[in-house]
Order: sequence, then structure tokens, then C-alpha cells
Amino acid sequence: MSVLEFDKVTYRYPGDDKNILENLSFAVEPGSFHCILGVSGCGKSTIFRLTNGLLHQTEGRVLVGGEPVGGRRHVCGYMPQKDLLFPWRTVGENLALPMEIRGGIPKKEQLLRIDAALAQVGLAGCRGKRPDELSGGMRQRAAFARTMLTGSDLLLLDEPFSALDFLTRLTMQEWLLDQWRTTGKTILFITHDVEEALFLSSSVLVVESTPIRSLREIRVPLGADRTRRDLTRPELVELREELIGMLRKQVTE
Amino acid sequence: MKKANRGNLPALVLFFALLMLWQLGAMKMNAAYILPTPTQILQRLWELREPLLMTHLPATMSVTLIGLGISLVLGLALAVIMDVSPLCQKALYPIVVASQTIPTTAIAPLFVLWFGYGIWSKVLVAVLITFFPITITVYDGLQSARVEMAELLTTFGATRRDVFLKIKVPCALPYFFSAIKMAVPMSIIGAAIGEWLGAQSGLGYFSRRMMTQLDGAGVFAPIVLLSAVAMLAVALIAVIEKRVVKWRGEF
Repeated sequence: MSVLEFDKVTYRYPGDDKNILENLSFAVEPGSFHCILGVSGCGKSTIFRLTNGLLHQTEGRVLVGGEPVGGRRHVCGYMPQKDLLFPWRTVGENLALPMEIRGGIPKKEQLLRIDAALAQVGLAGCRGKRPDELSGGMRQRAAFARTMLTGSDLLLLDEPFSALDFLTRLTMQEWLLDQWRTTGKTILFITHDVEEALFLSSSVLVVESTPIRSLREIRVPLGADRTRRDLTRPELVELREELIGMLRKQVTE
Repeated sequence: MKKANRGNLPALVLFFALLMLWQLGAMKMNAAYILPTPTQILQRLWELREPLLMTHLPATMSVTLIGLGISLVLGLALAVIMDVSPLCQKALYPIVVASQTIPTTAIAPLFVLWFGYGIWSKVLVAVLITFFPITITVYDGLQSARVEMAELLTTFGATRRDVFLKIKVPCALPYFFSAIKMAVPMSIIGAAIGEWLGAQSGLGYFSRRMMTQLDGAGVFAPIVLLSAVAMLAVALIAVIEKRVVKWRGEF
């Protein structure tokens, strides 16, 4: 069964005269890592907002774990571009948020889970720190830990590294791959960066036009234990050029 | 603390220079019933300490505190209602703003007519002056909460109540303290104005009585006391603020 399924989904923003999604169908299998690649403003984020329940489709069905999204309070883990750590809470208190909202988890258990999550993202001992004491990369890792603590198997990451500097971004990409391998979560990752998409995903879902009618799936011929050097292999260089060409062609009707 | 003191030094120097100027000017003019010297005022303050501190200060302070309390309850309630319901915001906001165009001091004598010389006519003046900045400032604070944060919390499964308590309230807290710091001196002014217009006790009333006796220093003495109390109160709130608000400004 698919973790996420779009079944003939159409969406139009209120007040717009065109659909942004039109009759879109696709499915995501458990444990996969896909990047949705497309130019800015093509409607990639709309796919996420329909999945996490912030928007509701005009037509069609969105299923997460086989169940329709509409009406459910918590559907999946969502991490936006900005880390959105609450500045008035410590890092630990920020991580507690999803559990506070869900309720029913004793404080002691929360602390244990927070410490485990922080250790997993390499921020052990940062529980009592304030978000502004952390660097950009550390903040994103804390935000990722918070997303993990929602307990969801499906994680939607919306350009989480786009605001980071180049080197931090590279490190974070490698780090994220590592997290994916150890946790076995299903990750859907939005980006407009072709190299990022190639390096991270098992297959890239390309948005070719707006309104989005289909996602073109392009397999990346690399295993899970890839390194950045693999991107210089001839077939990947060629694939990169092909993807860039597709993005250039992308038409807005 | 040391740094703050150094920062205040120029202000202190200027303050004392102005006081000196006043002292010299008033001594030269030699008309204490119009312009008393600062030393005369301090001396009068000392002479009058008994009635000022025992009778009139408590009277003014009770008006101030009751007025402030009512303003807080009213202001916070209005701010929350306007934040929760856009319809209420549309209905209330213009009225709240319009209420500030009423020249409170000019119609205050009417309050005395309606509510008598007792405490409530003064409380009303204080409330009318102070509830506005509290309402507007706290409302702005609640509105300053970022939509993305609320959305993120919603994807965690949050209800509107969760969003209000976990995002809106922390966002509004620094604004709330700014509002209080504004409201305290204003409610003291309101109370003093109310007493000026008609009362049996209070620092405003006392100042006015001294006026009729052409006692210049006696007019000033309660005003100096009022200012000192207002400054102390604001400083006290700043201390509390420092402990409660660990975060202010940028996201």
C-alpha cells in the first residue's frame, strides 16, 4: 500500500481563474526518498499543503496511509523552509511541541524522547539552549528532530536547506541521507536545485508544467550508499543536463 | 548594571544642569507663589510629608490601581475578542479609536456631576485614558504572531486554542509589558486630573488647594511625589518584564 496517494486531484486557489493542480495522480511507496523538482511558483508546495491538510482539494482524493486527509487532525510530519523554532522556547521545549499538542505523553517520557531525538540529529546537550544560540545548520537539525517527534512515517520537507550557505547545505544533505537510512521514514522533499534532487532521491518527480497534471518520474541510477563524487559520473552529468533542460522548458500556461 | 549607569550619565548631567538653571532663574525672579525654586519645593515636600504620604498619596494610588485594573481587564478582553473574531474587530476597532478623540479632560467635570465627588468619577477618567493603549497594543501583539507558525502547529494537530496559547500569548507578552509601562503613568495622570476637578482627597486635589492659597511650592510638591511614584512603578515593571520576557523582537 502507498504511504501517500493522490487520486485525480484538482485544486484551484480561491479567487484564481486557473487550476494549479489538475487531475493529478501519483503514489509514493513506503520507505522511499523522492524529490519533487520544479521551478519557483510551479505549485510544488501546494502538493504538500494538500497532503498535510492545510488546504483541501477541489476535486479528487488525497490519501495518507490509505485514509483520506480531510478531517484528520494530524496527518504527516511537515517541515517548512524556515525552521520556525519558537524563539521564546528552548530547543527542548520546541521539540516538545508536537507531543504537547497530541497530549497523553507524560513529561518524563517526553524528555526521554527529546533527548533521544537530539542525540540522533547530533545536538546532544542542546536541550536547554535557546534557538538563537544555534547556527543555521543546527537550527534545521533541531527543526528536523521536531518533525520526527510528530511520530509520522511520512515526512514532507519543503526546501529545508535553501536558506543555508553552500557548505552547510552540502553537509546537511549528506546528514539527511544518513537520517533517512537509519530511520526508514518515507521522505518527500521539495527543491528547485537539480543537484540536490539528484544527490538525495531514489527518483526525482519533475513538475513539467503548471497546472500540474502529472509528475514525471526519473530514476536516479545510484544506490543508497552514494557519495557526492558519484554526481560527477558521466551518466549523472548527462541526467543533470536533461533535468535542467526540462526545467527550462517548463511552461506556464 | 554598570553599563546602564554610564549610559544614563549624560541625562543625569543635563537634568541637574536644568535644575540649577531653574534654581538660579527662580531665585532671581523671587516670586515663589508663581515659580518656586527646586529647593523650596523639596523643603515644602518635607514639611507636608505627613498629609501627603498618609492621606493623599493612598487616595490617588487607590484610584490609579482600580483604574488600571479595570483598564487591564477591559483592554485585554477587547484585544482578545478582536483577535478571535474579525467581525468584532471590524465593529469595535473604529469605536475604540474614536473613543480617544473624546477630550477626556474637558468632559471629566460631567463625570463628577454623574458620579459625585467619590472615587468612581476619578476611576472613570483613569480608565478612559488607559484602556485604549492597552487594547491597541495587546491587539497588535496578538496579531504579530506569524501565520507560518500557526500553520506548522496546525499540521501537528493543534486546535485554535492551542494556537492562541502557544503562539499568540507568547507573541503578545512583550507588547503587553510595553502597554503596562505606558498605562501606569497615564492612569496616574488620569487620577490626578480627576482629583483636580473635584475631590476630597488625593494629590491632584491637594495641588489644586495649594494653588488657591498661592503656595507655589505646595502646588509642585505633590506633583514631584506623583512623578517619583510613576517612575518607580515603571522601573518595577521593567524588572518584572526582564524576568518574564526572555525574548523580544525578531523571529
